[in-house]
Amino acid sequence: MQSLEKTQTRSDGGVSMKSAMPWIFSAVMLVLMPFIFQSNSAITIMNQMAITIVFALSYNMLLGQGGMLSFGHAVYMGVGGFVCVHVMNWEIFGSIPLPLLPLLGGVFGMILASMVGYFSTRKAGTVFAMISLGVGELIAACSVIIVVFFGGEEGVSGDRTYGMPFFGVEFLSQIEVYYLTAGWLLISALLMYLFSRTPIGRMANAVRDNPERAEFLGYSSRWVRYNSFVAAGFFAGIAGGLFAINYEILTEENLNLTTSGSILLVTFLGGVGVFFGPVVGAIVFTLLQTVLSLETEIWSLYVGALFVATVMFFPSGLAGVMQLHIAPIKLGTWRLLVMPYIITLVPAIICILGLSGLIELLFHARHTAIGETEMTLFWVTFQHTEILPWVVFAVKAVVGFWLARKNAPQMMDAWHRANKPDGADT
Amino acid sequence: MDLILVNLIDGLVTGLLLFMLSAGLTLIFSMMGVLNFAHASFYMLGAYFAYQISIYLGFWMGLLIAPLLVGIVGAAVERYGLRRVHQYGHVPELIFTFGLALLIEELVKFIWGNDQIPYQIPEILEGAAFSISSYDIPAYKVFMIFLSLGIFAGLLFVMTRTRVGMIIQAALSYPRTVEALGHNVPLVFMGVFGVGTALAGVAGVIAGPVLSTFPGMAFVLGSIVFVTIVIGGLGSLGGALVAALIIGWMTTFAKAYNIRMEDILTGVGFTKPEPIWDSAWADLWTLTSPQIADILPYLLMILILVFRPYGLFGKRDV
Repeated sequence: MQSLEKTQTRSDGGVSMKSAMPWIFSAVMLVLMPFIFQSNSAITIMNQMAITIVFALSYNMLLGQGGMLSFGHAVYMGVGGFVCVHVMNWEIFGSIPLPLLPLLGGVFGMILASMVGYFSTRKAGTVFAMISLGVGELIAACSVIIVVFFGGEEGVSGDRTYGMPFFGVEFLSQIEVYYLTAGWLLISALLMYLFSRTPIGRMANAVRDNPERAEFLGYSSRWVRYNSFVAAGFFAGIAGGLFAINYEILTEENLNLTTSGSILLVTFLGGVGVFFGPVVGAIVFTLLQTVLSLETEIWSLYVGALFVATVMFFPSGLAGVMQLHIAPIKLGTWRLLVMPYIITLVPAIICILGLSGLIELLFHARHTAIGETEMTLFWVTFQHTEILPWVVFAVKAVVGFWLARKNAPQMMDAWHRANKPDGADT
Repeated sequence: MDLILVNLIDGLVTGLLLFMLSAGLTLIFSMMGVLNFAHASFYMLGAYFAYQISIYLGFWMGLLIAPLLVGIVGAAVERYGLRRVHQYGHVPELIFTFGLALLIEELVKFIWGNDQIPYQIPEILEGAAFSISSYDIPAYKVFMIFLSLGIFAGLLFVMTRTRVGMIIQAALSYPRTVEALGHNVPLVFMGVFGVGTALAGVAGVIAGPVLSTFPGMAFVLGSIVFVTIVIGGLGSLGGALVAALIIGWMTTFAKAYNIRMEDILTGVGFTKPEPIWDSAWADLWTLTSPQIADILPYLLMILILVFRPYGLFGKRDV
């Protein structure tokens, strides 16, 4: 358990300008985003992103801060969402302002988590992972049996506009939903951050790193885990409520292992050791998903490869890699890194593009309809039966790999020097 | 009575198939402490490899070669992937195998496409072996039973009677001591991982034609295999066998006999609300055992983990 990167901790209490800055910046960014990206599809993507961020942050309360690997976290989001959709279909919905609905989802996510957590948090590690998997599959399987609540195969849908107008806003358009989601994103992110700074949040870190020592200090590691688990359930429920408001439909898909697995992917990609890691992960993943899925059919192959590569080579995730660069920047030695990075990473990117080109060619050659040989890749149209594109991509891949390989030691060397105060040789 | 016998055979086939998968998984776990989420993916690879080979060389060569290939892939995964991630701890290892499962599924889709492939049982095993009153028992099922039993016997022999088995058993409990005695424990690990995945490959080769070979087949069986070894007790081969058989029979019988909740509730003395589809309890009243057959194993696992975290035959905590 110790191996998960430790959360960056500073012990100075109180609110200083410095610690409030990132939050003020995020709030301003959230307000300004729709003015920068005005198209409807951009706002849809941003809504999706915001929901994923809340969900991923809630997941990281378990994985990153509590050391609990869950394979069934989608269940809490799903159940919260289902409750919200049901409320949308009731008479009473006319007297509830829509912005309060996610709170209800949160409460129900929390209730479910407090029941499941009662027996699942006794142990961390593999036991917890297995129980979470079992409960997740169980509830996902129940969705086709308990039709009254889960709506069976077609799910449950509602209409958010029947809610009580909130200061005259009826949430007819995407942009109004965006601001609702962004508001909840900011509130829940702040609450989760503050939770990680409370004694109970700190104890969660302690229990993650060494449950035995935490027990000797007089804490029950089980109840510390239980508290994190219930809190994570609450925020997952909020994400579910936001999902219900945004999409107005919930199905079995919101509960199953695929969704639970993808949130693990998002969180790990972003980095579990840093608070803002899941935020990075959610943004990158959503962008990858939308951009790549427009460009290629086999985008999930790339995402899978990226995930495995992250686990193998950068277990601290994207945010962890970013954080590594704080030291050189503070030392002022970051200039040493610029050139080595360019001469190593540019060939590496060329190599990856070449490889993906070969993969696309192969995929097209194997799976397209017979007789159709024309394909477009990197804005160039050609026939996959021609030899030239194969050669071009193969050369790109090999040369890129060779150059990156050749320059990698130089980059490592520069990295070591940049992390020394005076930037001297070894 | 005849129906019971037929279902017993059906359940036995399912159970033995599950056992072949869980045997490798439980061995790998007890040795390396890692639950291999991608285990069922190797099962899928077995089926696909065998299909590809059977096109050129026929079913029997597929049965022979495909598990070997799967074992080599498995050993390579251990050597170049898992060993690297091992230094970060158990949770990243679990995450790695989870990612691997995703990746293998995507690779299979990439190579063989999204649709089911026409992987067939060999002609010689088509048709019925014998019949119990009016129920025909396919020859292929009998073949599956004997093959799995043969593998189980072989595994038991290797593990208890040979020198290699002794070293493996020793490395299971005291890896450091075994290493100090001069054995190459990482090599043993790689070997066990390879053999474990090869077993999964065998299961894939023989299950592919009957359970259909498609990219989701790993996903369908994946979590049930976990459930099996958790119920049986992690690291216990005998436990895996018992749990696999329990699950096999449990699901088969639940599917074969349509036990309706309606009958139970009326029997206990409740009256059925009319009309049923307006009642809030409609789902409870219309519940039937085939509906819940697939979730019974999960229910059992949760109960086991809550009341007996060691599993049925496990000696150590999960």
